[in-house]
Formats: sequence, C-alpha cells, structure tokens
Amino acid sequence: MAQFFSQYGALLAEGVWESVYMTLATTAMAYVLGLPMGVLLTVTKRGGIAAAPRFHAVFGWIINILRSLPFLILMIFVIPFTRLLLGTSIGLNAALVPLTISASPFIARMVEQSLEEIDSGVVEAAECMGATRWQIVTRVLLVESVPSLLRGLSISIITILGYTAITGAFGAGGLGNLAYRFGYQRYQKDVMYACIVLLILLVCAIQIIFDLSARRADKRNR
Amino acid sequence: MIDIQNLTKVFNDGSSRVVALEDVSLRVENGEVFGIIGMSGAGKSTLLRCLSVLEKPTTGRVLLDGEDLAALSGGALRCARRKMGVVFQGYNLLMQKTVAENVAFPLKLEKGYDKQAVATRVQELLSLVGLADKASAYPAQLSGGQKQRVAIARALATRPEILLCDEPTSALDPLTTKAMLALLQDINRKLGVTILIITHELAVVKAICGRVAVISDGRLAETGEVTQVFTNPASAETRRLLGREE
Repeated sequence: MAQFFSQYGALLAEGVWESVYMTLATTAMAYVLGLPMGVLLTVTKRGGIAAAPRFHAVFGWIINILRSLPFLILMIFVIPFTRLLLGTSIGLNAALVPLTISASPFIARMVEQSLEEIDSGVVEAAECMGATRWQIVTRVLLVESVPSLLRGLSISIITILGYTAITGAFGAGGLGNLAYRFGYQRYQKDVMYACIVLLILLVCAIQIIFDLSARRADKRNR
Repeated sequence: MIDIQNLTKVFNDGSSRVVALEDVSLRVENGEVFGIIGMSGAGKSTLLRCLSVLEKPTTGRVLLDGEDLAALSGGALRCARRKMGVVFQGYNLLMQKTVAENVAFPLKLEKGYDKQAVATRVQELLSLVGLADKASAYPAQLSGGQKQRVAIARALATRPEILLCDEPTSALDPLTTKAMLALLQDINRKLGVTILIITHELAVVKAICGRVAVISDGRLAETGEVTQVFTNPASAETRRLLGREE
C-alpha cells in the first residue's frame, strides 16, 4: 500500500487536480452559455413573459440536436473547431472546447426545468407591480429558483466529471486518462481501481456539498 | 376611477371557444368598496385579470382614470399598473425573500430609488398591517392570514389609487377572514384607497362593500347598493346566491 502510494501518489494527485480543473472550468463556461439559454427557453415559451413560440420551437430543436450527439462523437466532430480556436486538439485546455459545447445545452435544459418550478402567480404578481421583463428574470425567476438551480448545478458537475473521463482517453489528462493508460493499455489494474475510488469520492463530496448548500439556501423549509 | 365598458372576453384555443365575459359594463367610483360576487366559473377572475392587464379584452374597454388599459404598453403600462395594487387569493409572495424584502419589491423596481426612503416606507406598511415584528421572517414561517397581510402591504407600497382583491379571504378561516376584512376597511377609510373585491362569499360583501355587482355565466346579473341588492334581489342569480331558490 505504502509502496503503491509512493510510486503513484503524485501521479494520482495530478490526475485528481486535472479532473477537477477540467470539470470546474467546463462548468463555469457551460453555465455562461447554458444559463442564458435556459432563461431564453423559459421566457419564450407560449404564455411566457416574452412569448415567441416559433423561436422557442426552433431553439428547442437546436438544443435537442446538440444533446442527442453522443459526447464521444461530438468530441471528434469538433476537433477542427478546437484546432482553429486553440491551435491544438490535444491537452487539458483543448478538452474544454467539446466539453463546454456538450454541457451547455444540457445545462440549458436543467435551468429551464428549475425556472419551470416557479409558480406563475408570482411572475404575474411582479407584472402587476410594473416589473420589466428583465426585472422579472433577474429578481423573480433567478432568485426564486436558487435552491433548484443549486441542485441542478450538482447534477451538471457530476455529469461533466463523467465526460472528462472520456476526454482522458483522447489525450486530455485527469483520472480518466490515468485509468485508461494504466488499466487498459498496461493492464495495471491497481492504478485503475485507485482512480475509480477517487472518482467515487469526488462525486460523493460534490453531492454532499450541494445538497447541504441547497438546503441552506432554501427559505421555504424553516 | 375604473370604467368597464362592454367588456367581452372570449378564450379561443383552436377547437373550443369559451365566452368568459359577455358585454359587462361597470363603474367603480373613487373611494368606494365595491364587491363583485358570483359562483365559481362565473367569470369573476377573468374580469379581475382584465382589470390588472394580465388578459386583454376581446372587445370593449377598461378605463383607469379615462385611460384605456389595453392600449397601453411599455413604460405607460407599467406606470398605470403602479396605480393599482393587486392582492391574490394564493398570496403570490416571493418565497426566497423576507417579509420586508417582499414589501420593498415594488419600490425597488423604480430606477434610482432611495434606500432609506424604501426602508421607512416598508416599516410604515408593516405597522399598518400589524406585522412590524415579522420584517425579517420568511413567508414559509407565516400563517395564511399573515401572508395575506404581507401581500396587502406589498400591494399598497406604491401608494395605488385602487386595490384589486381576488378572493382575498377564500383560503382563510372565518376568524382570520373577519380580521382581514377589518384591515381592508381600515385601509379604505384611512388611506382613501378604492377597493374592489372579487369573492364568492356573501358575508364578505355584506361586511364591507358599499355597492355590489352580481355576475352569472359571464354576464352582469345586477348592480346596486348592497342593502338594496340583498334585500330586494332583482335577478334569479342573486336569489340563488342568497339561498332563496324558487
């Protein structure tokens, strides 16, 4: 055990750091894109505060198409775009491009679902008070849905962590890359097991942190 | 003053066509407490939704101080809306905000609002509705009656001329209802705010309304002084509401 850690400890630590880095960077960028997309989906719905059913339908289709591409295929598909953007398609940062493209539409749907939970009466009340559409989005929709958005965030982070493992097999770093290199290419199962345990610990930690913060943020259960 | 002229509202969703309101004309004078009573499905809520511009009339007009509400948009509409406060049956409070933040909400919609002035006004309003000690509580911690008081304080925040109340007591027990009606009456007398109450409860109209309109199947059955209408009902619908069926 001690020998295993002295031999692979640094490698595993680096793998954890790379996985965490890719996951957090992707999550941040995917929310920058996905959050406005989710808001747009919600407000343009029939009966929404900026109803535009035709736009909503087209936009919804685009999101569905993006979501229906398996991540592995999308990653290969966007290689030319990644090269164009960063000059390379290999490495940690290059992996962020397909990860963000894949996660954004997913996050858009998560956000849409959270905003959907808000009682339409509260939105109508704000309209009656003379709130602008922007004020309704920023002061009602995004505020009332905070606990639900936090729960959605935990699901998104864990899903993205799963995707980063796939990029590992294609030249990006992280625990996925370690598990693939040692477990698949070198038949060193012990390193793969260590990677699996570390991934499980990461997922549990994320889930616990966000469950707690969502509960603390929610003013409905006091 | 609210002037409803030949208001008709038809809901058309493809195959079905529902006439919710048909040729309703009403006038609510400044300073009065006016009741609109009817069975469920009579069209009361649609009427209130047309007044609060959540729905647009199919034909006819709703005038607020002579201004056609359906013709307004953008800033002019927001301005007109601030002259009306709406109290909903389901309270419709922001659940993630404190009582004080809920009451401050309409005040903070204005650009460049004065923080200190808002805080003072919120205190004033909470004292008015008897909830000064609940400023930092969250709606989930309040009873139904207390939530409705917060909703009333919020509706009054922008100093509206008229308070539109949609079944304000329907979700409350009789004792709380009584206190709520006393509060509304107090607001009408002290602040001179016109109050329009939509309800299916006779007791509510009898307790605080001066005049009443009876609505049945989307049509106005009769309008008049409460004492007159209830002692000498002219329509079958009023007699039905009073429990005097022929």
